[in-house]
Amino acid sequence: MLYLNIIIAGLLTGAVYGLMALGLSVIFGVIRIVNFAHGEMMVVGMYAAYLIAVNTGLDPVAALPLVTAGLFLLGYALQRGLINRYIARPEHEQFLLLLAIATIITASLLMGFGPDARSVPLDYAYDSFQLGPLLLDKVRVLAAVGAVLGVVALWGFFRLTRTGKAIRACADNQVGAQVVGLDIKRLYAVTFGLGAACVGAAGCLMLLLIDVQPYIATDYTLLAFIIVILGGLGSMPGALLGGALVGVTEALSGFAVDPSLKSAFSFALLILVLLVRPQGLLGRA
Amino acid sequence: MKHRLNRRQFGLGVAATGAIVVAPGPIRAVQAATPIKIGSLLPRSGYEALIGQGCQRSVEVAKKLLPDMGYAFEIIDADTESKPEVARTQAEKLIREGANILVGAFDSGQTFAIAQVAEQNGVPFVINIGSDPAITEQGYKFVFRNFPTSIMLGTNGLSRFNDLFKATGATPKTAVLMHVNDTFGQSMLKGINALMPKLNLPFEIVETIAYDPQAKDLSIEVAKAKAAKADIHMVVTRLNDAILMTREMVKQRYEPMGVISPGSPGMYQTQFLKVLGKYAEYAITNVPWLDPRQQFAQTFEAAFKKAYPDEICDIDAGFTFEGILICADAHKRAGSTKAEALVEALKATNIKDRVMLGGAIAFNEKGQNVNLPSAGVQNRNGKPTVVLPAENAELKPVFPVPGWSRRG
Repeated sequence: MLYLNIIIAGLLTGAVYGLMALGLSVIFGVIRIVNFAHGEMMVVGMYAAYLIAVNTGLDPVAALPLVTAGLFLLGYALQRGLINRYIARPEHEQFLLLLAIATIITASLLMGFGPDARSVPLDYAYDSFQLGPLLLDKVRVLAAVGAVLGVVALWGFFRLTRTGKAIRACADNQVGAQVVGLDIKRLYAVTFGLGAACVGAAGCLMLLLIDVQPYIATDYTLLAFIIVILGGLGSMPGALLGGALVGVTEALSGFAVDPSLKSAFSFALLILVLLVRPQGLLGRA
Repeated sequence: MKHRLNRRQFGLGVAATGAIVVAPGPIRAVQAATPIKIGSLLPRSGYEALIGQGCQRSVEVAKKLLPDMGYAFEIIDADTESKPEVARTQAEKLIREGANILVGAFDSGQTFAIAQVAEQNGVPFVINIGSDPAITEQGYKFVFRNFPTSIMLGTNGLSRFNDLFKATGATPKTAVLMHVNDTFGQSMLKGINALMPKLNLPFEIVETIAYDPQAKDLSIEVAKAKAAKADIHMVVTRLNDAILMTREMVKQRYEPMGVISPGSPGMYQTQFLKVLGKYAEYAITNVPWLDPRQQFAQTFEAAFKKAYPDEICDIDAGFTFEGILICADAHKRAGSTKAEALVEALKATNIKDRVMLGGAIAFNEKGQNVNLPSAGVQNRNGKPTVVLPAENAELKPVFPVPGWSRRG
């Protein structure tokens, strides 16, 4: 029963990881650009939710639509104004551009907020649900539910809306999409905006779980990469599966072996998957 | 032909001799009047920023309080960014900028780096806080530490456990030890493991759990600790992790007889008390603390409270203040800013009017002050309060402590 508690806690955390990584997968799947500023965008989302909470008293979950919209606009503007010029350029130039954006974001956050860790005081921060022998952290459950709803909303967008279908067409066949008259530049900007919105939503939910400070961004960029590579770069269900796997691996290895080795086991899993299935568990060969 | 000394030459000779004899006085007086430049190194950013900035507040109080007592100094502040490599370069920079003496740096890893720089450059270094025993075992001539080593912290801190059990009549049989996995945590762990058999403590450590000092989530570690079903929860923490750990303990309804630190930061600090509120109550830390009976401690605490009414004047504040005091005192007695004179003055330090509990500040042949006992400090009514030893206690200790749901 103890192990069941651990696995469920891992899955709940993994759901939020999955939403975070989903944005990275969406961007790469369509635009074929690897967003090395992904963790930084999540931290921007966290700070946005923090500011709203501190100034208006609004819970980060309630602030989620606002933060998501804000990050969408930021991502859209970034893609339209800057990243679009690098799509046809060599990959190392794309890498340098996004690394520069990441550095600027971190430095700006450091200047604006300082290095101190900040958190939002929540009335339910110490609550937990008891379901028989299971003890579930209320905050973690809320974050996971939010993450799952976010994923469902994104899935619905891609499946049911005209723009979503147009974006999938771009991803499948860019030339064909242009031939039928789709505005590729606008669709790329919408996609990047969606990726940023995803990670902004993940930031709001992550603020429920951890304190925010500028220096955590790099860790989460790395984590997002591990998850999408595990699941398959460009695969939405793969991002979720990767998130769940990392969440559970960290939880189980930390409990059963040694908490200091949590990350080591996640990386070991990544190496194993790369050896056996280099395209990721649900990626296309 | 023999040269005969005339009266004029004799007079000039006497005047010259007199000048040579008397000169060190005025020269010393000039040098003593010349303020000493103290290079202060603290982790004011990075993961130790909260504690580093807390120490910095004490430096600011020292800048105002000590000159009124006749000390002449100027402090050059530097930020180690919570990284040993930055601590090293900042120490070198301070020396280039003319610092005559260095003080710092709270963290053992960073302190070690600075000690090496100080020794290589022949600049005295007074350690305010930094407990790795190895720092004063290197044979350094220029390094002086006014803080207990982890062995001293462990010995003095663990001894207080027996005092607690005796005072309350409650004796645990088992303990789980959670410790931060950095230089400080590792040296505390070594100290605890070495001392446990020697101190006849009534409990056995059934599980030891190490965690990353920069961890953002300690849910797994706390789950593992809870699964050990030990009577008491022993911790060696820093500040952010102490907050994370306690939150998880509340969420997971993990209620040991008490949470006790044998000597580490975190649970007595302002931010811990502010963020956790009622859940911070009853946590016990066995650490050196300010001596409420010392007049100087009262003066310092009053000045600190005036400058920072919302902050707690704690062990970090006390030792940081004493670090500056030691530098200024050495300069005053040496009458010089030269390194050799300062080192001799530091060796002869004997400060009776001090802030922290214990005898006079003095250093042994290794540069270590050994007069640093620990008090039992329990969070009560939102304030760290001395509960042991009984002769210094402000309140009686509470142990076992009330469960989370029974806190007011």
